[in-house]
Amino acid sequence: MMVDALQGFLQGLFGSVFPLVWVVLKIVLIIAPLLLAVAYLTFWERKVIGWMQVRIGPNRVGPWGLIQPIADGLKLLLKEVVIPTGSDKSVFLLAPMFAFAPALAAWAVIPFNDTLVLANVNASLLYIMSITSIGVYGIILSGWASNSKYAFLGGMRSAAQMISYEVSMGLALVVVLMVSNSLNLGDIVGGQGRGYFADKGLGFLSWNWLPLLPMFVVYLVSIVAETNRAPFDLAEGESEIVGFHCEYSGMAFAVFFLAEYANMILVSTLTSILFLGGWLSPVGFLPDGILWLFLKISAVLFVFLWIRATFPRYRYDQIMRLGWKVFIPLCLIWLVVVGAWMMSPLNIWK
Amino acid sequence: MEFKTFVFYFLSVILVFAGLRVITARNPVHAALYLVLAFFTASGVWMLLQAEFLAIALVLVYVGAVMVLFLFVVMMLDINVDRIREGFWSYLPLGAIIGLLMAAEMGLVLGGNYLGLFESSVAQTSADFSNVQAVGRLMFTEYVYPFELASVILLVGIVAAVALTQREKRKNKAVDPSQQVFVKAKDRYRVLQMPAEKRD
Repeated sequence: MMVDALQGFLQGLFGSVFPLVWVVLKIVLIIAPLLLAVAYLTFWERKVIGWMQVRIGPNRVGPWGLIQPIADGLKLLLKEVVIPTGSDKSVFLLAPMFAFAPALAAWAVIPFNDTLVLANVNASLLYIMSITSIGVYGIILSGWASNSKYAFLGGMRSAAQMISYEVSMGLALVVVLMVSNSLNLGDIVGGQGRGYFADKGLGFLSWNWLPLLPMFVVYLVSIVAETNRAPFDLAEGESEIVGFHCEYSGMAFAVFFLAEYANMILVSTLTSILFLGGWLSPVGFLPDGILWLFLKISAVLFVFLWIRATFPRYRYDQIMRLGWKVFIPLCLIWLVVVGAWMMSPLNIWK
Repeated sequence: MEFKTFVFYFLSVILVFAGLRVITARNPVHAALYLVLAFFTASGVWMLLQAEFLAIALVLVYVGAVMVLFLFVVMMLDINVDRIREGFWSYLPLGAIIGLLMAAEMGLVLGGNYLGLFESSVAQTSADFSNVQAVGRLMFTEYVYPFELASVILLVGIVAAVALTQREKRKNKAVDPSQQVFVKAKDRYRVLQMPAEKRD
């Protein structure tokens, strides 16, 4: 009702350019809450890790420390962006944008429920894979443009890590799209709502995480590595190793930081949609809805923080070994197993 | 002007500019970045032609993987621009011939419609037509042998690349992870019992 009224009002106001204005409005409606979520994810992370380590966490700025992320943002805005001598200035400033933009652009095809999606395209999963693969440029370019050997080596290291884990992530997605018989994220969620358990009212057992459990685990570990988060955070293991953004300061650094958290939210949303049934309700007697999606995203994000507070950092050769020698063969074998399963009479994805 | 036409010219201008900068940029890393821009806008143009699978695959494969490795190499090489320019005049005739040939080929393809050499028009399809599905179906039915052949050739390429880099046994000090896992605490240290000494 209200949406229709607003639509009518704007149509009168803008006339022929109305569709463009409407799309821009929808984009703002996605991006603005996302940026707010990014800010409060940093706050939530500090709180959760604080509690896990028997500390209180940020508690000085505002009630329960709730204004802390705003204060942090203001501080970073006011700091000077130091551009190193001999650095390639334009590329140096372009790199953070390269890191951040894909994390926002990918949201264009994320469905929030049956109808709520900015662009309902058939190849949405492919689109997400290709857009997120651009994020690695931010890392390489920042390493190179800093004109510093430490940043360059750090950039190489992180880029190699991201490329490696993209492969196992992609293979896990191939299995998902095989059983869903679609590249459309909405259809992938819809497919998880059907099955033996879903008919019995136990929908959460019909979601992809259970029949594709090995792929779910591979995907979950790969996204942690892909977003350069602990225990794979060699990009900024501040206590022992320097990373690609060691020459960055102020807002230029903050954009890298924002990109990391925006990417975390993005991959958590993808995990919820691909493996955890998206907006579907876990049990039959509760209605489906967008709230379930937000709940699942929050749960996956909590796992990110939980992992960070629990595990010690991996060594670099161990990261590479895990990606190439464990996950990729596992994915390839599981790909064949699921293919054979789908061709057998025991196929559950009809 | 229709909106689609506007988008086409917008992308084309960027594409041509980026293409020119790839060959005129002095810094090789900048040239590689302009190539990335060219790929990205080309994918936009393909998207306008309703070839969404090709467009996305271009970004996924060329922008997301090939150019990243390309940048790795370009950044690590110590490129001396003056030395590259040394042989400019001796290479010019060969380069000019290849350039002219390519221009002629492009002219034939682009001018073919006007000269009536061949019929080509982009088939308009409905919005919910899945390009990906159509490509996949053709690939695994009609063109399955060429497709499998191509994948075998790629596999040979992978094996060759690994074999080339591993020609001699490298002195590697890495510890076998399976041995690492089975290490027990008592393999690494032992606890000594030291009786307390009495002070005189």
